[in-house]
Amino acid sequence: MLTPERIVSTVCPFCGVGCNLELHVRDGFIYKVTSPFESVVNHGNLCVKGRFGYDFIYNPQRVTVPLIRKTPQRPGERTQAFDLSEWREVSWDEALDYVADRLVEIYRREGSHAMAVYCCAKATNEDNYLLQKMFRALFRTNNVDHCTRLCHAASVVALQMAIGSAAMSNTAAEVIENDVFILTGSNPTENHPIIALQMKAAVRKHGAKLIVVDPRRIEMVDYATLYLPIKPGTDVPVFSAMAHVILKEGLYNRQFIAERTENFDAFAASMEKFTPEYAESISGVDRNLIIEAARLYATAKNAAIYWALGIPESSHGVANALSLINLALLTGHIGRRGTGLNPLRGQNNVQGASDSGAMPWHYPGYQRVDVEQNARRWEQAWHIEPGGLSRELGLTTTEILSSVGQGGVRALYIMGENPMMSEPNLNHTRKKMQELEFLVAQDLFINESGAFADVFLPAASWAEKEGTFTNTDRRVQRVRQVIPPRGQSRPDWEIICDLAKRIEKRLGRPQTAYWDYRHPSEVLEEMGRYVPEYAGVTYERLEREGGLQTPVWDHQHPGTPFLFADTFPRGRGKFHPLEYAPNAEMPDEDYPFVLSTGRVLEHWHGGTLTRHSWLDDLFPEPLVDIHPGDAARLGIQDGDAVRVTSRRGSIVLRAHITPKTNPGVVFIPFHFREAAANLLTHDILDPQAKIPEYKAAVVRVTKARPEELGARAEPQVRGRY
Amino acid sequence: MESSPVSLTIDGRTIQASPDMTILEAAQQIGIEIPTICYHEHCTANALCRICVVEVSNARALVPACIATVQEGMEVQTHSERVHRARRTILEMLHSSVDLSEAPEILAMARNYNADPQRFPDAWRREPPVIDDNPMYIRDYAKCILCWRCVQVCAEDAQYTYAINFSGRGYETQISTFFHHPMPETTCVFCGQCVGVCPTGALKPKREWLLEQGYAPEVIMNLTRSERRGKKRRANLAV
Repeated sequence: MLTPERIVSTVCPFCGVGCNLELHVRDGFIYKVTSPFESVVNHGNLCVKGRFGYDFIYNPQRVTVPLIRKTPQRPGERTQAFDLSEWREVSWDEALDYVADRLVEIYRREGSHAMAVYCCAKATNEDNYLLQKMFRALFRTNNVDHCTRLCHAASVVALQMAIGSAAMSNTAAEVIENDVFILTGSNPTENHPIIALQMKAAVRKHGAKLIVVDPRRIEMVDYATLYLPIKPGTDVPVFSAMAHVILKEGLYNRQFIAERTENFDAFAASMEKFTPEYAESISGVDRNLIIEAARLYATAKNAAIYWALGIPESSHGVANALSLINLALLTGHIGRRGTGLNPLRGQNNVQGASDSGAMPWHYPGYQRVDVEQNARRWEQAWHIEPGGLSRELGLTTTEILSSVGQGGVRALYIMGENPMMSEPNLNHTRKKMQELEFLVAQDLFINESGAFADVFLPAASWAEKEGTFTNTDRRVQRVRQVIPPRGQSRPDWEIICDLAKRIEKRLGRPQTAYWDYRHPSEVLEEMGRYVPEYAGVTYERLEREGGLQTPVWDHQHPGTPFLFADTFPRGRGKFHPLEYAPNAEMPDEDYPFVLSTGRVLEHWHGGTLTRHSWLDDLFPEPLVDIHPGDAARLGIQDGDAVRVTSRRGSIVLRAHITPKTNPGVVFIPFHFREAAANLLTHDILDPQAKIPEYKAAVVRVTKARPEELGARAEPQVRGRY
Repeated sequence: MESSPVSLTIDGRTIQASPDMTILEAAQQIGIEIPTICYHEHCTANALCRICVVEVSNARALVPACIATVQEGMEVQTHSERVHRARRTILEMLHSSVDLSEAPEILAMARNYNADPQRFPDAWRREPPVIDDNPMYIRDYAKCILCWRCVQVCAEDAQYTYAINFSGRGYETQISTFFHHPMPETTCVFCGQCVGVCPTGALKPKREWLLEQGYAPEVIMNLTRSERRGKKRRANLAV
């Protein structure tokens, strides 16, 4: 029996739930993870990733020495180097001087618009704050974004348009206080496992009624009172038809509408055409189910809506999200405990990275970059001459890559992200990565994107540094160092500060923006001085009180478990009239299936971490989910090799025949480089949120020869749903 | 609806308690400690191990404090001779059949109650081999005291996955998957809630177990996929 030398409390590095972990350590080896049963977030429960998936830290393939490519890379001829023999081990001084020289040279020659950075929703608030500060203060560019663009960008835009906020309105654990809740575009048993436990308990133990609206028959359907098997991308007609029924049957909340909202009449008029019959004809959902769902939601005492990426990841993602917001405003199911509009955020710190300004249109705290007084505030914060900061909206994640080339972005700095797996239409992404003049990767592993880099900076993992994460319900929690950084790796915040000082010196700026932080707590303190929502969040309080839910307006403020009790940030909640727009691609004879992409329980996003973990043993190869009816028609058996082809690319993988996906829809997780789902997806964006339509590319499925699978891991039997 | 409190005595002390409280909770309220083994605050109490039994006036048998609720006029003895004898015997029977080497709390309890580990020298020990059928955790049922916490957190107490339950009856009872299928073939999602509540080290993360077996961290992290799955012998790798 082992006794730990130390047990350190920290936060899980995987999803947005933000589970509390206790890491048990001996001789620098984390051998066990437990969780405190009194944790308000997860009550001692964890999922497979949180409890067992931390071992990527010790993976022998992890890179812990700074590297520079042996062969100089030229724009257009850039290649991928996965093998260490193609890299030269260098000192930190050499690596950082080289990065500073190259970045400054490109900046001087090409100007601000040539510089761009991908921040990271896995890194801490402090890391992200500093990286956006480096690019804004030193290179005077707002080309700063991260993967929020690829996940909830449309939810954020819609929430800002309608109520002026950009986060979950309520606390995840409040789900047990719902009488009725709608779950749509979300598969929480795999993607937010601990919230799923609370949802199951809400149904089984607390009498809540669940309405699932989803193109996949996910596990939560087993707990649902109503299941609406919607065709991909028909969210607006279904939710608007619910609004139509609520309006026709007079089930709306007149007092709430009069006191708290605006634009009701125009909205009500636009709902006229969304009859349940019309919605049925588009979505395939029985009109009676829509009517029942509308009545159930509208007449509940407390009802809430939870959604994930099935709503925003669409060419009409903003409209999808608005159709949900309209329902909440119509019924007044917002601003009380057990109600609300709750986009479940994906990454452990996507809320925090967004709060910390890792976004092209906003400084930290969602302060627009094109508002003069905001720019002035940050010029003062960072000791920059008046007018020094850019007032121009920066490029978003997808725009950064598509603008790469002459006169566009020339230098890209990637902290922890993996666009070569996560961007849509990867063949296009590859061309753009090849065209970069200079690329820096700061990560734990040489992933598909880092393999293109000129310089690789080895970062410390979450267990090797101090900081804070902000989870999906706006809870800021402490991330604590458990073991020393492996090898020569360094915490991201330290790397950024060291590099920023070298860049600043080369630029000869008269005053420093300040990079001499001794501890991440000083970074959060700086951010709190200029971001009112974080004004009361200090390390001292986090140590004493545990998590704090933003906004925390001052040092006495207790934090905010649920939002909008009295008013919305924009004043009145605004109804938005809606029109139905089909997906950018619709199925046809050549491409009869709609491809939905997403995650599986055992893996995380581009796979940089989980495919370097024993988690990979549980789900070692890519699979495409096909409905039994479709499979029978195509003559495909479970485990057969199939080729899935879209207008942009083609991949070969094994078929998984399952009723979990509905007829006409196939599902492929996007973690697997062997058959990258994003070779198939298209890069048509929502016009307002610039988010790609990951959930609805059209494809055809044909039988392939087993040898076309190439070298794949031996299939793993898996009994879970 | 608040119901009015009831009055009872525990070890001679008269107290007021809410009628939905268990004897265990009421005793805790006034600082009287009743020992527990299978009970866990996070799980539904089942009164399986019976170590928490107390003597209640007018009750024929001893009463498990973790599930019995308080009643008006109840007189409870938590540490009478009869109670102690029962607890001692339970601990001696556990000792005779189960490997308690990784259950320090139970061992301490046995010392406190003067339990004789050798009281039943001829008892048939439960010594099934370690089940190493997945890369996440091992199951060493020689250490299992059948507290049922793992089954409960796999079911309604947390995960709603229902991958494990009792198999066998009487002395043959063991926690198992249905038809003894390997864990990856069941509904198991490898959340490890079961590992988190196991009180005796019967369920253990794979890497912790390997470390105990003498493998160095570097050796553990260099195991191949099939070695991790437990399919191939690791004999050559031991240090």
